[in-house]
Amino acid sequence: MADFLTVLSEYDIAGAYWVNIKLTFFAGIFALVLGTILAMFRISPVPSLNFAGSTYVNILRNTPLTIIIVFGIAVLWPVLKVEFSDVFAVNFFWLGVLGLTVYHAAFFCEALRSGVNTVPAGQAEAARAIGLPFLDSARLVILPQAFRGAIAPLGNVVIALIKNTTVVAAGSVAEISILMREMVENESNYVYLIFLTVAVGFVIIVVPVGLLATYLSKRLAVSR
Amino acid sequence: MRRSRLTMVAGVLAVGALALAGCQAEPGGGDGDTGGENTGGNEETDGGDGGGEGLTIGIKYDQPGLGFKDGDTFTGFDVDVATYVAEKLGYSADQITFVEAQSANRETMLENEQVDMIFATYSITDTRDEVVDFAGPYFVAGQDLLIRSEDAGDITGPESLDGRNLCSVSGSTSAQRVKDEYAEGTQLVEVGGYSECILQLIQGTVDAVTTDDIILAGLAADEGSGALQVVGAPFSEENYGVGLPPGSPLCEDVNAAIQEMFDDGAWEAAVEANTEGTGYTPNADLNPPTLRECEA
Repeated sequence: MADFLTVLSEYDIAGAYWVNIKLTFFAGIFALVLGTILAMFRISPVPSLNFAGSTYVNILRNTPLTIIIVFGIAVLWPVLKVEFSDVFAVNFFWLGVLGLTVYHAAFFCEALRSGVNTVPAGQAEAARAIGLPFLDSARLVILPQAFRGAIAPLGNVVIALIKNTTVVAAGSVAEISILMREMVENESNYVYLIFLTVAVGFVIIVVPVGLLATYLSKRLAVSR
Repeated sequence: MRRSRLTMVAGVLAVGALALAGCQAEPGGGDGDTGGENTGGNEETDGGDGGGEGLTIGIKYDQPGLGFKDGDTFTGFDVDVATYVAEKLGYSADQITFVEAQSANRETMLENEQVDMIFATYSITDTRDEVVDFAGPYFVAGQDLLIRSEDAGDITGPESLDGRNLCSVSGSTSAQRVKDEYAEGTQLVEVGGYSECILQLIQGTVDAVTTDDIILAGLAADEGSGALQVVGAPFSEENYGVGLPPGSPLCEDVNAAIQEMFDDGAWEAAVEANTEGTGYTPNADLNPPTLRECEA
């Protein structure tokens, strides 16, 4: 066991997890913004926006994330010349964030829409009655309540996002799952312990997020 | 109406489940039940040690020229050596079950005795030696570079990669080694499989792909257009061994079979047959290699 700890200390495990956390942070923010816009499309009274929103969600939600990530590194970058930086590592990181963002935006959108469903129809009617146009009633009346009702499903999407950051390994981002494969390759005598270490690391990251989501969903729930 | 639709859904699910179960059962799963029944009559004709049951051998499925699954058949140098060794151990070709042994799974498959032996570009290293047994080595490969033929004069070895881009599969340490030891200024792309590396190499986003030379030769031959070639200046030594479960009694016999393969010319024929048309020849100083002593 002491030997194994020495082996562990030879690898920058915290640094690799830090990459996953950064991926989660940026992709989470961008996906939440995009997802909110999509949700507004989907609840808007304009049929073409409705259609655009539901088409996006249905296509992206049903495309495997691995394929989106591989598309980024095998088509977007070399063929379509989408480049964020000359430095490969930086470029691949942002391609990874882009892939995670477009994929998870669909899930954030649906989580938010489930929150919208918790807002009684009377709220929207009252907003219309005092003369608020759609954008104002969404911004001032519907969405604030929808967000508070959607904390738990939003938390679930964030947790899924954290774990899905390992998929960007397929896009050449040096995060924990690539480091894990490297460790398995070099230290084949500790295969089980390496898997266990990486799994425990994720539990340590994910459990607090889950607890926070549960706490906030109770704390912020709109009492009716 | 509602009920009949439910029944239909249930029916579809049941058929799906059956189909999945069928898929799983077919490859024989490993060393157990399926082998035992159909080989009862063969025992007298066996060469000796093997006994009547089949032999399960782990190979790579995705390395053309080494271990490659082509429809229902398996081709490559690893497969040829495995078949030869199995034959010397008293197993005919139809008693061998090939299963896929991906790099990350190899030790686990051996420790759990899911396979009897592994021929899967399996380099003998100290850490692996601690957990599994090795027979062989049956081949010595070296890390090398695969480049576009038009760069042949410019890229002559890992040192000339400064300022160029290098591709490898994620989790393999070969690209990192080039960056650390030979060319600080190289940028790495790590993707899921070598086929993606080949794509990037042809598209020009990377200038070289690195891994063991014999694997690269197989990839170049598989690509087929002649646009890619191996540099031919290997800068490491990888001893491909036969992975055996810890404490396996087969080591001595496998070594004897490999030695016989070296001596009777079958080894050379297998190398030639599997690297034909690639212009690749194994390092003659190191091949065929000297076998290691088996652990007592």
